[in-house]
Amino acid sequence: MGPEFAHSALEPSGPLASHILRLFYAYLDVSAVVFTLVIGALGIALGRKRQEVPEGREPSSAMLRSRSRAVTWATAATVLTLIGLLIASVATGHSMALLPPQPPVRIQVISHKWWWEFRYPVSGPATQFRTAYELHIPVNRPVQLELVATDVIHSFWVPSLNGKRDAIPGKHNVLFLYADRPGIHEGQCAEFCGTQHANMRFLVVAETPAQFSAWREHQLGSPPPPTDPVRQRGLEVFMNSRCSSCHAIAGTVAFGTVGPDLSHVGSRTRLAMGTLRNDAAHLSRWIDDPQSDKPGVQMPSTPLPAEDRQALVAYLQGLR
Amino acid sequence: MNSVLDPALPTANTTTEPRRRSSVYDWLATTEHTAIGRRFIVTALGFFVLGGVLALLMRLQLARPLAHVLGPDRYNQLFTTHGSTMMFLFAVPVMQGLGLYFVPLMVGAKNLAFPRLGSFAFWIYLFGGIFLYVSLLSNTGPDAGWFSYVPLAGPEHSPGKRVDVWAQLITFTELSALSVAVNLIVTTFKHKAPGMSLDRLPIFVWASLVTSFMVVFAMPAVIVASGCLALDRLVGTHFFNPAEGGDALLWQHMFWFFGHPEVYIIFLPGIGMVSEIVVTASRRPLFGYVPVVLANVATAILAFGLWVHHMFATGLPQLGASFFTGASILIAIPTGVQFFCWIATLWGSRPALRVPFGFVLAFFATFLIGGLTGVMLASVPINLQVHDTFFVVAHLHYVLIGGAIFPMFGGITHWYPKLTGRMLSERLGWLACGLVFVGFNLAFFPQHLLGLRGMPRRIYTYLPETGWGFWNLVSTVGAFPLGLGALVFLYNAARSLRSGARAEANPWHAHSLEWALSSPPPPSRDCPVPVASSRYPLWSGELGRVVGLGRDEVLVTRAVDADPDHVVHAPEPTIMPFFTAVCTAVMIIACLFTPWGLPVGVTLISISLFIWFWPTDREPAFDTNHRLRDEANPREVTR
Repeated sequence: MGPEFAHSALEPSGPLASHILRLFYAYLDVSAVVFTLVIGALGIALGRKRQEVPEGREPSSAMLRSRSRAVTWATAATVLTLIGLLIASVATGHSMALLPPQPPVRIQVISHKWWWEFRYPVSGPATQFRTAYELHIPVNRPVQLELVATDVIHSFWVPSLNGKRDAIPGKHNVLFLYADRPGIHEGQCAEFCGTQHANMRFLVVAETPAQFSAWREHQLGSPPPPTDPVRQRGLEVFMNSRCSSCHAIAGTVAFGTVGPDLSHVGSRTRLAMGTLRNDAAHLSRWIDDPQSDKPGVQMPSTPLPAEDRQALVAYLQGLR
Repeated sequence: MNSVLDPALPTANTTTEPRRRSSVYDWLATTEHTAIGRRFIVTALGFFVLGGVLALLMRLQLARPLAHVLGPDRYNQLFTTHGSTMMFLFAVPVMQGLGLYFVPLMVGAKNLAFPRLGSFAFWIYLFGGIFLYVSLLSNTGPDAGWFSYVPLAGPEHSPGKRVDVWAQLITFTELSALSVAVNLIVTTFKHKAPGMSLDRLPIFVWASLVTSFMVVFAMPAVIVASGCLALDRLVGTHFFNPAEGGDALLWQHMFWFFGHPEVYIIFLPGIGMVSEIVVTASRRPLFGYVPVVLANVATAILAFGLWVHHMFATGLPQLGASFFTGASILIAIPTGVQFFCWIATLWGSRPALRVPFGFVLAFFATFLIGGLTGVMLASVPINLQVHDTFFVVAHLHYVLIGGAIFPMFGGITHWYPKLTGRMLSERLGWLACGLVFVGFNLAFFPQHLLGLRGMPRRIYTYLPETGWGFWNLVSTVGAFPLGLGALVFLYNAARSLRSGARAEANPWHAHSLEWALSSPPPPSRDCPVPVASSRYPLWSGELGRVVGLGRDEVLVTRAVDADPDHVVHAPEPTIMPFFTAVCTAVMIIACLFTPWGLPVGVTLISISLFIWFWPTDREPAFDTNHRLRDEANPREVTR
């Protein structure tokens, strides 16, 4: 089965990852040549007829001289090749630093054990809005991510867009992304961060500027209050159970910041940082027993009567 | 030449037999470097098997997406213990064990410079290893990685004893490794046979000497680091707590200042063995002895200047990062020089195709790949893509299995006759070599691709949608022939103890001094002290021998030219190193549970050290002039 979203350093979707891939292929080509030459030389060395030299004695001085020459040339070639590779590496780093001179979109990336939070600064009465798991960015514009760690070290990595950068407590790191075409990219935490390091994924959704603005406007608004009785019951369950102490939903009195913001959870592709598909069955299972799919996750299980759980699931799914 | 000192030769004094004790006492008290070295090797191979079992369990869990062989908690303990075992309990000790056994024989010393310290090193190592595995079996295995990054490994995010176990394991390991390193350095410098000047040392001895210096310089960094971590965890200091003015990155600098040289500490002895095997197989002097020695020294120095390439993703200024790229790329040059010198040595030599050389061929192909991917990792942009992915897992196994385990298998096959007096079975040897080589490449080559396709390290599971399933399955399938090959090798080693063909003194027609002794060598007090007259003493005709040295006397020579300096008494075997190691282990482990462990432990250790070092009534060191003679050349050995 092929990957669902772009997730490979070998299939870049922007100048940053492309620069790196080009450099990687240059190194790979040089490596292939070096490997062939060295193993080839070894093969020839072993295949040649034994030059008659008394056991344990040095070969004749003429033979030694020609060998010295060969070793010296090989060493010189090694040095020159390595200098070439070093220059290529520094040059690539330099061109990666030269993104088109546009004002970047700034987004704060907050890493938690074990989920990603994205904060978009906005002007207006609210200074920002928060999402989780899905990072939306416009194409053909630099995106400047400010990486923040709240607990341990994590590392933000989207292979098809750029290399990785650590988020370190007590330190502010910056990483640039630049997508040159619309598409969805899979990312994952790359620094071991504890029990659920494996399930700390996220998506980067690169959209046209128009789509991005629309998405932004939509995120700024609150989800409409539920109208049908089942979803109204769901809202009640949410507010009266432990859910609201950790999660926030815009337009309600739930403003917990321990877990992901759920204002638009219904629109996300996946749940639990990519661990589960976002459908009613999985959502219900997740609420009932998150530990079975993501052992060690901070979210406690919330046993509810079946009816309440269904209502809660319906309500959450409607948050789009 | 005679392999055993003639008992009829008059000796100056002290020929009294040591007091007889029970065999258990003798076993615990022995100060024979052969026994200590053998114990190190056997114990390390035992931990190699345990670490391998952990690796197979992890491969089973990763064989397919969403497998349920291991949960995350167990998986994290296993990969941490696997890494710590292979680095601290297998790779370093097995190389040091081979050094303890062979360095004295190769430089013509009777025993180690500090035989009792050698014994202490073994016991402390054994106790540390047992401590780790008892912890793992009681579900207290360390689970924050063999690198124990803070804050994850700090008191807040790793409550309980698991990380403390790791920090104390480091204490055990560093005590043992430092004891061996100091021992090998002094043995090499001061206990060489007359004539074994520095420019005549076998390459393996050079590699072991350089490595020992690296241990001496690298270990203090991790001693400070793990000490600060232990203080953060047990006493409540804040060295690494950013919220209280500490620095999380400080840990990484200190750890990798040790951790990167550690890699070279592991494979420099390995490629030293490659040199020995290449010379033996080609029946030629090594081409470029001096460049190879200098390459070893250069590698050791450069190794301390490139730790930051483990930290490129932490967000360093670009200029600083470029410096470390340059240093990391530079280190390929000395390694390249060694490759070229081996090829020049082998050129037109029609080497004998025996099992040790088979492992050397496997080394050539795999270590070269590991080195080339290492150059890729030195480049900041490439590094930022593949860092902390399976690409790095593949790279490091190509370097460590390629650069250390293949040579180690080759080295053990090469030296098995000297270790045991028997030959290994060639048939089983080739079978092991083939299985390990094929299995290894099948297991690790696909991991390069997995890393490039986005698979991070240290994840216990992955989703089917990632498309990583197929190559992970291939990797798991390859891990089994690799493990089987290692078992075949060990089975061969165990079986040949009894059934192997009896080995003569020098079955490979090798060149260095250990092959002048019987296989296995006689007890240290009966070992003759040779006089080396060339770099390849066994190929250059008659070997001299020092006459006039008492059985319990040890000849100390000068560091550079190996001229005799003075004679000292060999220390008697004693149980005190064992007892001191027990006290030290008690202290280290007790400190996990109570601060009282420290004062009580220090008191116990002090008492045992007092007994250990209580002066005896033996004569002090004396001058050698005019007493010692070289048997082969009737002249004084001394100047």
